[in-house]
Amino acid sequence: MKKMVALTLALMMAASLFLTGCSVRKDEPSTPDSSDTDTSSGSNSSGKRVVNVCSWGEYIDENLIYQFEDETGITVNYQTAESNEALYSLLKTGAGDYDVIVPSDYMIARLIEEDMLAELDYSNIPNYDLIGDQYKSLSFDPENKYTVPYTWGTLGIIYNTTMVDEPITSWDAMFDEKYAGNVLMIRNSRDALAAALLDLGYSINTTDEAEIREAYQLLADAKSKGVYQSFVMDEIFNKMEGGNAAIAMYYAGDYLTMLENNEDLAYVVPEEGSNWFVDAMCVLKNAQHKEEAEAWINFIASTEANLANMDYIWYASPNTKALETYPDYYEETYGEALDMGLYEIMAAPADVLDRCTLYENLPASVLTLYNDLWTELGI
Amino acid sequence: MKNKLSHFAIPYVVWMALFVVAPIIMVVVYAFSAAEGGFTLANFARMGTYTVVFTRSFKLAIIATLVCLLIGYPVSYMMSKEGPRFQRIAMVLIMLPMWMNFLLRTYSWMSILENNGLLNQLFQKIGLIALYNSIFGTDIQFFRMMNTQGAVVLGMVYNYLPFMILPIYSVIVKLDNSLIEAARDLGADTFNVFRRVILPLSLPGVLSGITMVFVPSVSTFAISKMLGGGTEMMLGDLIEQQFLGGAYNPQLGAAISLVMMIIVVVCMVVMNRFGEGEEQAVML
Repeated sequence: MKKMVALTLALMMAASLFLTGCSVRKDEPSTPDSSDTDTSSGSNSSGKRVVNVCSWGEYIDENLIYQFEDETGITVNYQTAESNEALYSLLKTGAGDYDVIVPSDYMIARLIEEDMLAELDYSNIPNYDLIGDQYKSLSFDPENKYTVPYTWGTLGIIYNTTMVDEPITSWDAMFDEKYAGNVLMIRNSRDALAAALLDLGYSINTTDEAEIREAYQLLADAKSKGVYQSFVMDEIFNKMEGGNAAIAMYYAGDYLTMLENNEDLAYVVPEEGSNWFVDAMCVLKNAQHKEEAEAWINFIASTEANLANMDYIWYASPNTKALETYPDYYEETYGEALDMGLYEIMAAPADVLDRCTLYENLPASVLTLYNDLWTELGI
Repeated sequence: MKNKLSHFAIPYVVWMALFVVAPIIMVVVYAFSAAEGGFTLANFARMGTYTVVFTRSFKLAIIATLVCLLIGYPVSYMMSKEGPRFQRIAMVLIMLPMWMNFLLRTYSWMSILENNGLLNQLFQKIGLIALYNSIFGTDIQFFRMMNTQGAVVLGMVYNYLPFMILPIYSVIVKLDNSLIEAARDLGADTFNVFRRVILPLSLPGVLSGITMVFVPSVSTFAISKMLGGGTEMMLGDLIEQQFLGGAYNPQLGAAISLVMMIIVVVCMVVMNRFGEGEEQAVML
């Protein structure tokens, strides 16, 4: 009896170990000391060189990791976090021992404010010059000291054309009782409240408590009326591809991935405007492998890597040449022309970007309000 | 001799101290401190807001435990009455799903239960949905199974059922057959043998089964997030959100965890008292 309990408890502990497996750790190459390929690094004596990267799920062409390892002999530990907020918690608790992270604009501003990022040595990152000027000097890093942009894109509504009566054009759809039980709300306080704020005609960067509370009320009412089927992050892929929900809000690049599996899906940047975001690579202040981190960033910022990434994750590249030549790259690779409609969803044209705003970091009191309201909404 | 052997327990004692006792102390310290440091009770003052979450979690965990017991007990009982070969095979079958990652198994329940999922497609094919519509005069396309409390309970039962079956089975299989024969000799019928002899003697197994199902159920967050859709938060979700979600508030998270642990411990103590009484009654 005791033995059995012990055995079951052991199994339970083993099971709970798996529970923490939310991060993907790439297998280390089986032959790290293959001296035949490794001539460039020349630091065999100083032991294995490593860089720890934390990014988002489905956010890189994994061949790039192998390519980088082959070229430099640096081992990449590639891990993922679920959201900017989850990443922030990982950094705060010291649970994540990362060198390079890829947060979004507003989180970068917060990390800079809290002195958690290291200034980059851009002389080690010559490929930074390939990044378009419109993605530099943005509000989160006005003096270009901490970041190298990785991707950019828009937030919008994804809907299943066979499940709605008319084309969706407005954020109203996310709160409309007509679609009760068929809407997927995003599980991320910043984006969810942004949708509500935009629908009410307020700025997504408002610090006015009354406006934010009004937006919360809009969300809470819709929730109590049963509009939301569930709150999702990456679960959205399965649900939208399988036709399990009619309407959801997510990022343009992910819409294009879903479209490959379900051609009934459509994407719109609502007429009230939306958020456009920039995710950028940063190095943490306490990074153990700054040199390797900058080598990684430089590699990823190259035109070839940007093209490969764009082709794989469908997020627009900030590398001007990569972005402009992508249609040609696509035609060369697949032997057919790229649908320019899709290209414009990925890389939103100027008239769409005109109604989009970048998130700014909110003051601490507003962040607390966001957090409290978000918890309240969950109850 | 005994002292020498007890040295072998040192690694485990160290393990316990490092990974069980120390974290609990940290939870207590965090629960009573403010974000800026210093002692506070403010974290507990907010607990009232979360009553709904507490009752929902305990309700679902109790239901899941009861279902596990109702399914698990008969299974364990039947198994113990079969031959050793059958028992071995049945044991492997019960453990088999546990060799696969818990998250993956729960994830596959999503595609089974979805509005457009495997089950609903099956119901569609065999005409069950059309039948339902013609009987009740409704016009539904699917049965709503995902994102309900039922789905969460199902997920818990599916994942934790082995933890109910194994302890009960291991107790029943070791029951002294002569006790049963004695009861028969004294004129008890099958029902009475079960009620007066087997059931009381298997109670320790039932109690550990209940503990091992109830405790993980009440604190689960992955199952409720995946199958419950996150519209009805459970305790595990609430705590996770304080650490990993948008709301980074480890102090509040620790306070909620502490309150949850205390309630669970109280439940367990009360239940084990009740169990002890039974055991002694049987012995006498």
